[in-house]
Amino acid sequence: MSTPAVTASANAREAGSVRTVLRWAVPVAVLLLVVPWIVPPYTAILLTYGLVMAIGALGFNLLLGYTGLLSFGHSAYFGVGAYVVALMVKYLGVGSMELFLFGAIIGSVIVTAVFGWVCVRYTRIFFSILTLALSQVLWSLAFKFFWVTGGTDGLRVPTPSLLVGLVTGQGDKTDFMSHAYYHYVLVVFFAAVALMWVIVNSPFGKALQAIRDNETRAEFVGVQIWRYRFVAFLVSGVFTGLAGALWVPLNGLTTPDIIHWSFSGEIVFMTVLGGFRSFAGPIVGAVVFNYLKTYAVGYTVYWQLLLGAVLVALVLSLPTGIVGTAGRLAARWKKVS
Amino acid sequence: MSLLVTKNLVKYFGDTHAVDHVDFTVKEREVLALIGSNGAGKTTLVNLISGLFPPDSGQILFRGQDVTHESVHGRISAGIARSFQLVNLFDQLSALDNVALTIFSREGKTRKLASLASADHAVWDEALEILRLFGLEGKAQMLAGGVSQGERKLLDVAIAYALRPKLLFLDEPTSGVSTREKTPIMDTVTSVVRSRGISAAIIEHDMDVVFNYSDRIVAMHQGAILADGTPDEIRRNEAVTTTLIGTTGPR
Amino acid sequence: MDVLVIHLVNALLYASVLFLIAGGLSLIYGVMRIVNMAHGNLYAFGAYVTAWAIGSVAGGAPTVLLLVLLPVGALAAAVLGAVLEPTLLRPFYRRAEEYQLLVTFGLLMILEDLLRFIWGPYPLSASEVFENFGSLTIGDSLYPTYNFLVIGVGIVAAIFLWGVIYKTRFGVVLRATSQNMRMASALGVNVNRVYIQAFTLGCFMAGLGGAIIVPGQSAVLGMGIDAVVLAFIVVVVGGLGSLEGALVGALIVGVVREAGITWFPEIELAVLYLIAAIVLLVRPAGLFGRP
Repeated sequence: MSTPAVTASANAREAGSVRTVLRWAVPVAVLLLVVPWIVPPYTAILLTYGLVMAIGALGFNLLLGYTGLLSFGHSAYFGVGAYVVALMVKYLGVGSMELFLFGAIIGSVIVTAVFGWVCVRYTRIFFSILTLALSQVLWSLAFKFFWVTGGTDGLRVPTPSLLVGLVTGQGDKTDFMSHAYYHYVLVVFFAAVALMWVIVNSPFGKALQAIRDNETRAEFVGVQIWRYRFVAFLVSGVFTGLAGALWVPLNGLTTPDIIHWSFSGEIVFMTVLGGFRSFAGPIVGAVVFNYLKTYAVGYTVYWQLLLGAVLVALVLSLPTGIVGTAGRLAARWKKVS
Repeated sequence: MSLLVTKNLVKYFGDTHAVDHVDFTVKEREVLALIGSNGAGKTTLVNLISGLFPPDSGQILFRGQDVTHESVHGRISAGIARSFQLVNLFDQLSALDNVALTIFSREGKTRKLASLASADHAVWDEALEILRLFGLEGKAQMLAGGVSQGERKLLDVAIAYALRPKLLFLDEPTSGVSTREKTPIMDTVTSVVRSRGISAAIIEHDMDVVFNYSDRIVAMHQGAILADGTPDEIRRNEAVTTTLIGTTGPR
Repeated sequence: MDVLVIHLVNALLYASVLFLIAGGLSLIYGVMRIVNMAHGNLYAFGAYVTAWAIGSVAGGAPTVLLLVLLPVGALAAAVLGAVLEPTLLRPFYRRAEEYQLLVTFGLLMILEDLLRFIWGPYPLSASEVFENFGSLTIGDSLYPTYNFLVIGVGIVAAIFLWGVIYKTRFGVVLRATSQNMRMASALGVNVNRVYIQAFTLGCFMAGLGGAIIVPGQSAVLGMGIDAVVLAFIVVVVGGLGSLEGALVGALIVGVVREAGITWFPEIELAVLYLIAAIVLLVRPAGLFGRP
């Protein structure tokens, strides 16, 4: 019962968690780093899309998985990130990716702050509908103000320069996207994952989970619920906005489709696919969803039907998603052997 | 000296006079039992004082300060904490996390989002110490949703205690647990409360518990205070014995 | 003056259809506490079925026959609802709201492509009915007579629903279930049956909305997805689960939309969504909702 024993146990806890995370995170990171040299460029570019969406889904899941709020309007923040970049190109002639990311962060902070201020007063279905309605405001603006946004034609974004102009996209675009840009995205992805991991494991992250589990009690241990939800909303939106900014140069074009609420549905889909109860769920889900959708679209015009059926089956039989199910299977296998 | 004083506190729900002009006091370092039949207004009174909802009129003074319109957060900082009748825990967090989160919140550390919670040893040490105080150290790593009902009741009190309150409201700490478990729960709770010089106001239906553990008893009936006195006085109070305790009263 | 009358009639036209969609959505939520994201697809389904039914009759058929075919879409939507509720939704009542939203979102994707699969990617129209009705003059302008039929159907539907809910035994059971499902169940109400009835009725209304609008507009892919968001706005403004709310919400949205199309087309939709947000800020449960 002595204090040193207590401290030792707390130390073991911390070291244990960081070490177990690193044990699988390091090999995965190394593998991701060498991917462009071992797979065809097309596959690497697909993976880039997957990683970009993973950043967005990771942000989304801070609300769903950790705060218990299902947003059906995250397309708005993704769209803000994308359109800020496109407008910086159109009106300011900017071509530097760092400036793009900076601008996207500023833009999404402003929009999420306003939307969040309204939305965090609500929970459950009301939160979902309100986030959806507000995202549609942006969609209708992008759609109608065509002289600014290009309307349904969208806005083109050329290949940016990376690392304050050290790396430029001159020459083969596919080569640039599958190597230089891939690694650029990967580094941002690593940073985003590390940052999010710290956030969900911080005292702040614990407070969010407390709000998720029991709002009333959280209030009665002194957590000021609105304030925490607001900050979570802000962080969540900015991550998704960052994803939008990284996505635009890859796609070369942004249209109002990415602000439409059905795109929010895709973000929800990928998170549930991977499993919103686990940290890695949205990452795995985003990458898998991206392949799934690409192949479904290439395979049949009825890809929506295919994906819809996958979603229904998933919710019916595997509500913990890929990561949750894999974890359960692994635990069972360990017990058997 | 009075720690808490309510003056003319009123709360109506439509035609129901849940709390009807109540002057209620809690002294320093006392264990007070709040008794009364269902619907007497005990829980509503605690809800008003803890800030779950505002009173229609009246005043709440805590250590001489008017806290009638203070937020829940403000009341907790002032030193009012509570547990709940229907256990209210963070079910998907471990028992240790439940207490640790409370300490983080009390220390204003939940504002930190760029540091790992696990790195703050002082908090985890204290959380484990509190679990030990309530005999729950063996359950530290279990999810709060997965421990027994009696342990959940204790954990609920432990969380409120972790806020370092000066006044602790416990809403039926032994309801829903077996008779066998009631004594150890009350022994644990009252010994912690008395040893730390905290005042506790306990809503309780079990009269054995009430008479065995409290210094003073306040009986409520239909939203008003019916009687207020030591256990002996209440035992002799005819109004209380006929309206509240009835045939199930102490032998 | 005439212009104002035409705008007003347009607003009523729009409100009628919206009321049918949103009223169904709200009824389903009120009784079952489930928000069906695929509700707009049932509206689209009703429109497609009616357009197909009318189109399959040889040209030159008498208007009376075409009118008889009009409600076919509503009935088809009702049948679809009666099939979907017990098979797809029933397993989800005990689970978190998030899962209900997700499964109906999956349903939305499936139904959207089913429409494409059955009727192809091109718009389907039933303009024959619309044209047969001709037009009447309001001041100096010609205005399609058919639109008045749509408004009439909207009014009749509202009165009919009010009658069902407040004047019939079924209405009593419906309201009891919506107030307290467990209590109703304990009193001998067959909750499963009430749910399937409510869901079918809600889908019927959405299908009816699609069926009566399709002669004036065409059935197109994506119409359901657009409609359901507007229906959300209506119920958010009026209060989820309240039929009176759906009616008032539909009128507000109808008027604002008509005004928007006329005077501020660029921000018409944005204004609608903002109104919903403001109503929620001032009255979180909507104008007629129970908090």
